[in-house]
Amino acid sequence: MAKQRSRRRRGPRLLDLPGIWLGQHLQSAMATLRRLLETPLPTGMTVAVIGISLALPAALYVLADNLRTMAGGWDQTAAISLFLQYETNDGDANRVAADLRGWPEIAQVQMITREKALDEFRALGGFEEALEQLKNNPLPVVLAIYPRTEHSPPAQLETLQTKLLELPEVDFARMDTLWLQRFQAILDLIQTGVLLLGGLLGMGVLLIVGNTIRLEILNRRIEIEIMELVGATAAFIRRPFLYAGAWYGLLGGLTAWLLVTLAILLLQGPVSRLASLYRSEFPLSGLGLSAMGIILMGSVLLGLVGSWIAVNRHLRGAEPG
Amino acid sequence: MIRFEHVFKRYPERGEALTNISFEMKVGEMAFLTGHSGAGKSTLLRLIGLLERPTRGQILVNGRNLATLPRRQIPYHRRQVGMIFQDHRLLPDRSIFDNVALPLVVTGLGQKEVGRRVRAALDQVGLLKRERATPVALSGGEQQRVGIARAIVGRPPVLLADEPTGNLDPDLSREIFELFERFQYVGVTLLIATHDLALVNSMQHRTFTLDDGRLLNDTGRW
Repeated sequence: MAKQRSRRRRGPRLLDLPGIWLGQHLQSAMATLRRLLETPLPTGMTVAVIGISLALPAALYVLADNLRTMAGGWDQTAAISLFLQYETNDGDANRVAADLRGWPEIAQVQMITREKALDEFRALGGFEEALEQLKNNPLPVVLAIYPRTEHSPPAQLETLQTKLLELPEVDFARMDTLWLQRFQAILDLIQTGVLLLGGLLGMGVLLIVGNTIRLEILNRRIEIEIMELVGATAAFIRRPFLYAGAWYGLLGGLTAWLLVTLAILLLQGPVSRLASLYRSEFPLSGLGLSAMGIILMGSVLLGLVGSWIAVNRHLRGAEPG
Repeated sequence: MIRFEHVFKRYPERGEALTNISFEMKVGEMAFLTGHSGAGKSTLLRLIGLLERPTRGQILVNGRNLATLPRRQIPYHRRQVGMIFQDHRLLPDRSIFDNVALPLVVTGLGQKEVGRRVRAALDQVGLLKRERATPVALSGGEQQRVGIARAIVGRPPVLLADEPTGNLDPDLSREIFELFERFQYVGVTLLIATHDLALVNSMQHRTFTLDDGRLLNDTGRW
């Protein structure tokens, strides 16, 4: 009976509890944010460290993403460039092309006539004067061979190359996709690097937040003791520290996003200039919406887990001696 | 309301602090706890507030057996026991209002109700006008009254005070003790540790005397 009476004294009615719980959380979250902003320098330093840590893998991700976009444009390149004997004229070349189109391995054949090749060469720039000196066109007819996808892997491509070289009209055959595949491998390497670096620096963020929260707990030891004295539950005392961790994570994630976006803005000019030297355009793509979402969610989670570790180690709740 | 049954408390480094303590206090009773310093007064109070657990014996507070109370329940027990300390234990960077509100805030009470009850408590100790001040701006006596307001704001049935007038002059001490008497009239059970024997003798209340951890004298009958 006594127990029942004391339970009623605890205060709020059962039906009000969800509202109270939500209200307490909202109040705690906002109070924690205010507290963090009251000390802008230490908060800013922690946030900056988190932001830089997260910006590194994010920037690498953006780099890989942009390289992939760039490589995407090259997927249309022919797999094999077939240089015909210099003597072969356009008519003969056409006949060879038609013949090749009938091969099962080949999806498409595109003919680049000698005139067209010369025009393209001129367009590349820098060679006009050299070309002026020549009496006649030094370029052979080139057949661009696009294999069917099942014949694209290096081994099959090499078989096809050998077969093509046996044709009497063919001078030599160059495989264009090999270096593309190497490039692809490099991209995969970078991507693994993103994961590794992200994992490593994520651990760093965990430790940074954990340590910051640990110091905060030590700083507020007296306050925590008094709260325990007047009947605060362990959950109530932990809550502001967990929210602080989440806020650190969120602010750090936003900083990382800001840093990467700023870097892209700064790099866009030089990249455009470089691209224009290649008579090309290359608009850099930034962090997409989904990538940003992942970074923010990840950073909040890291902050939360970091503070949770610290809170679990240092706030065990009221413990009578 | 408070019952001790053969309670022992032993510290590994200091030896026995309390030896075979048994007594009972009824609801609405006010008692003094006296004795030389180191006699175990603070330890006894700390056992009631579950700041420490006894080595042996049982303590019942408001029908709760503290020996079997799980750790998770400790905060709820402390809300039933208001505690007042000689050094006040106030938060120096918070206003008087916030300090007094703390026991209510931790229960999740609504802001309006918190404001109402905090002002009622401050009114009782005569500090309603100082709610915006910080503790350092107050005198020792005023700080102690803030500590008292914080202890009573949650309307606990039990109030413990550990040397509440240790640093105050006789007039202020009497004022504080008369404040305690008013709480007794509304049914609060009070146990006040003090070595101010002159004041204790001038007031007609039950008095426990501790000597080296033993309950030497109990003027009350039970």
